[in-house]
Parts: sequence; C-alpha cells; structure tokens
Amino acid sequence: MAEKKVYEKTLGVMPDVISGFCPGCMHGTVHKLVGEVVQELGMLDKLVRVEGVGCCGLGQQFVSHDVIIAAHGRACAVATGVKRCSPESLVYTYQGDGDLASIGLDETVSAANRGENFTVIFINNGIYGMTGGQMAPTTLIGMKATTAPFGRKVEEHGYPMHVCELLSQLKTPQFLVRTAVDTPQNVIKTRKYIKQAFQNQIDGKGFSLVEVVTSCPTNWGYTAKEALTFLREKMFEEFPLGVYRDKDKEEA
Amino acid sequence: MAERVFMKGCEAIAEAGVRAGCRFFAGYPITPQNEIPEYFARRMPEVGGVFVQGESEVASVNMLYGAAATGTPAMSSSSSCGISLYSEGVSYCASARLPVVYVNVQRGGPGIGAIQPAQQDYLQATKASGNGGFRMIVLAPATVQECVDMVYEAFELAQRDNNPVLVLTDGVIGTMMEPVVLPPMKTDEDIKAMKAKFADKACTGHEPCKQHFCFPGSVGTGQEIANKEAEKMYATWDKDVRVEKYLTDDAEIIFAAYGISARISRAVVKQLRAEGIKAGMIRPITVSPFPYEAFSSLDFNQVKGILDVEMSIPAQMRWDIDHAVQGRCPINECRRSGGQLLTNDQVLEGARQLIKEVL
Ligand SMILES: Cc1ncc(C[n+]2csc(CCOP(=O)(O)OP(=O)(O)O)c2C)c(N)n1
Repeated sequence: MAEKKVYEKTLGVMPDVISGFCPGCMHGTVHKLVGEVVQELGMLDKLVRVEGVGCCGLGQQFVSHDVIIAAHGRACAVATGVKRCSPESLVYTYQGDGDLASIGLDETVSAANRGENFTVIFINNGIYGMTGGQMAPTTLIGMKATTAPFGRKVEEHGYPMHVCELLSQLKTPQFLVRTAVDTPQNVIKTRKYIKQAFQNQIDGKGFSLVEVVTSCPTNWGYTAKEALTFLREKMFEEFPLGVYRDKDKEEA
Repeated sequence: MAERVFMKGCEAIAEAGVRAGCRFFAGYPITPQNEIPEYFARRMPEVGGVFVQGESEVASVNMLYGAAATGTPAMSSSSSCGISLYSEGVSYCASARLPVVYVNVQRGGPGIGAIQPAQQDYLQATKASGNGGFRMIVLAPATVQECVDMVYEAFELAQRDNNPVLVLTDGVIGTMMEPVVLPPMKTDEDIKAMKAKFADKACTGHEPCKQHFCFPGSVGTGQEIANKEAEKMYATWDKDVRVEKYLTDDAEIIFAAYGISARISRAVVKQLRAEGIKAGMIRPITVSPFPYEAFSSLDFNQVKGILDVEMSIPAQMRWDIDHAVQGRCPINECRRSGGQLLTNDQVLEGARQLIKEVL
C-alpha cells in the first residue's frame, strides 16, 4: 500500500530538540503554529524572534530561527529597532503577560500606537510562570498567587487587565485578537489568526497582536486536566475570545 | 578640502554620528541635549536612516539594542537622569556584545538635579553604567571639535570591539558654538562594509537551523566564559589610553581636569605661567581606560601638589587620581556642582591656596 504523509513537523522548530515546557503547558502548541504558518508563507529564512523574559525563554533553544533576547518587558521596543532597520525581516515578539502587560506595558502600548509593522504573540496564562507563580496583571480575582497568598482582591490589586480591550482604544493597531489552543477547533482558529498577523506584516499593514489565553498547571497548582477546566470556565469568562480589531473587516 | 563650519556642540555631535555611518537613532527629549534628537529627526530622512522618538529612555536604549542586533550602526543620546534609565539597555548591549554609541550631555544631579551643566556622572560612566561589571571606552571631549572627532571615532571603537562606547560631555560643550572641521561622510559602500563585518552575528533571518542568536546572557557555565572573553577585550585597551599633558615637563603644580573643567584650568595654567609659577595640566581624554600612568609616573620630587578640578561635589575623578598617586603628593579639590559653573577666578583661587600650602 502506498504511504501517504499526513503530518510533517514544521521546519520552524529544531528537528531534534525537546522543548522544556511543563506538562499541560500550551507554549509548545503556539511555537508549532508559528513555525507552520511562517513556513507556509515561505518566510522561515526571514523570521526573527524577539523574545520576552519568562517561560517563553524555554523556547529559545527549541526554535530554528534567529532569536534576539530582549530585556524583561522591552520586546516591543527591541522589535521596533529590528524591524525599522531590517524591514525585509519578518519580526515577531513572543511575550508573557507579566512581560507584555506589566513591566513592558509602556513599550507595548507605544509600539501599538505607532503602528510598528511587526507581529506580537502574547501568551496570557494569568500568572508569572518563570519566577514561580507570582501575581500577574492578568491574575483573576480570587486566584491565589505566591505574592497574593489570599487571592487577588479588587480593593488591593484592582481587576485583571485586558490587553486586547486596552489596545483597541487606540486608533492605530491593525489586528487585535484573543484566542486559545485548548481544542482542535481553537488550534485551527489560532493558526488562522497567527497567519493573518504575519500576512499583515508582509503587507505592511502595521501592528498585529495575537493573545493566546493558556493554562499554567504548574503555577496554578492544578493537574493538566483541572487546568483545562479552569481555563475554560474561569479564564475565558474574564478574557472573552474573539477579534477585537481587524481593520480589513472594518474597511470592507 | 575639509569642511569648516560653525556649529553647536549637540548638532555637531549628531552630524558627526551621521558622517560616521549612524543609520539608526532613538532618543527621548531631555535638556540640555534636545538638539541631538532634533537634528537626527531632520537629518536621517536625507541619508536613508531611521529616527525614532522613543516613549522613554528605557524604550529608546532597547530600540538601539534591536537596531544594533541587525548590524545597523546605531547611536543614542541623553542626559544624566535619562542616562540612568539607559543602564538596562547598555548592560544588555555589553552582554550581547553589540556595538552601540551613546552620548551623555551631563547636567546636575542626583535625581532630576538641575538642567544646567555638570560633571556628576563620572563614576557611573567610567565604573558601572549598568549591572554586571562590564566596561566601556569612555571619551571625554573638551571642545566641539573633539565632540565631532570622538563621536566619529566612537563608531570605529564600538565596531572594533563589539562593545558600547560612551562619549561623556556636558551641557556647556553641548550647547556652545565653535568652528569645527567635519569628518568625511561614510559612503553607502562604507556602511555596507560595516554591516558585512557584523554579518556573522546579525539577526535578520536565516535558513532554518542556521539561525543567529543575540543573547545578553547565558545558562550553565556560558556566562562566566562570556565574562572572561570580555575581560580579554578590556585588557587590550592599554593602547587606547589618551591623555593630554599640558606644560607638565617642569611643572610643580598639576591641574587634573577633563572636559569643560580642563578648558577653564588651561586658562588658569596660562595665567600662572605668566606670573612665573610652574603650573601644568593633565587632561584625561579617555576617562575609561583612565590614564593612570600619566599620574603615577610623575616625578614627585618636582611635583609638589595636584589640584583636581571638577564640576562635581563630592569629587569623583579624584578617586582615579588617588589610585594613581598613592599619597605621594597632596591633592586639593576645586569643585562646583548642581549646575553651577566653575569660573576662572575660582580655579585661580584654588590654585593659589594649593601653592600657599605646598610651594
Ligand atoms: C528587570 C527584570 N525584572 C524581573 C525579572 C524576573 N522575571 C523573569 S521572568 C518574570 C515573569 C515572567 O512572567 P510572564 O511574563 O507572565 O511569563 P511566563 O513566565 O508566565 O510565561 C520575571 C518577573 C527579570 N528577568 N528582569
């Protein structure tokens, strides 16, 4: 019987390196999707990853393309320098919620508002993963963190921050979407969004951000399966999935 | 023929940067160096370069890091409290071995301090411009011409070592006008050659699995190896030490001063010489690496005293002079700070006091 190839690993990740992500973590899926769509776009040899500081750092040995490690929170500033100087490169930042929405909020908002022509992949897991489960700007009310041992309280910490909603107050950004990779359907959707975010860059349309709401079983203190339930029941409630800005659609 | 023009320090710094091949500038407004970003904003479009007004100094210096990672000759500038915010990005550039140039047009401090000129960032500039114990070549111009020459040279040094270079000047030199001879404009070919030199490190996209990395740190034993590599580079800087010795051969009184303070000191040395007093001056031109030898090799049977002249209270360069002199002659200080300028009279008075004590 003739063999038919149904799956091939993307060239966007190293062929023989095992990722260091925890069981139940969704970083790996997102890395795979980035590799796949950029391969489809025929741009792997132009791809430059500007990496935030956090668990995303575990991806640096895992991807097969150029990597620039930015200081914590500064990925959007670094990517500004990279893309402005090398417009032919396909540039993306890969950042967690602490990186992008706390220490780097200024860099994120300002790059979005300038309409910098790069792609942002934003992993929102509601917690500081790398440093061991401290409270993030996206931590849910009542959710425990090592620096909010009694749970996040509105009176003390305010409400979780919504990045897509916040950025959609700006006129400049091209594409802002919140998505997930918890089901095959969502993976397919996310793949489409990531592709659009890169295509926008190729077309010179400006700032595109894909927020992926993910789980962090390790720091949430759940099994991978419990974390999935929490993700769907609690995280998606606070962070509704959907397209927050798509200038192409608005103009059509 | 070389071009001779009348220019303000800050604008001359910017034009020298452009001529040295700088094709990316990011910065944030702060007095007294606003003319640098303003000049780049006008000038960069003419040469196909990029100017970005960063949302902060933190962002600007990190943009510089990104630009340099592509192999693009890049520079930035700020002043004192803004330079504090550069610590992060400069340390990252040093760690990732990126060739960037930046300028500190010093003003009073600490804190927001004063917008007027000062020399209060000496120790920060020469000893620890960020975390991790990295070093940089720090050039200290005393004229607008030197600003031009040093910015031009800073690009060569940065690219030679793949390390940041700082030009340390102040609000007097940055805002005064003087005639300058401008260096030749680097051609597109020259800039291509600069980029080619960095091509084996540049992160602009490569074939899968042949990727380039820009890592400002390392895991395992990698970081210590990187530290040792950097140390080897610092050890080659003996040849880069530059110092001006003005009338020191028979001098009994030595002024020690850099930048604007050296200009004032020079006038006073001349005045004292006219009175028959054997005065001279040692002017560090590179404040890092510091010209220790110029001080340590003095004949202390002849030299009776040193007057350290700085616009900083407490004095800062004094530490380096002490380190070289090792108590072999008295060192007095003549200082102002917080944006107050030294005057000739004040330096003269400081000199007379020293003369009274030691001659
Ligand atoms: C200037 C600076 N401050 C703090 C840190 C420590 N730090 C490393 S990762 C991190 C949090 C990362 O959290 P997040 O961005 O949410 O990413 P995650 O690890 O959850 O993927 C922090 C605070 C640092 N590296 N640099």
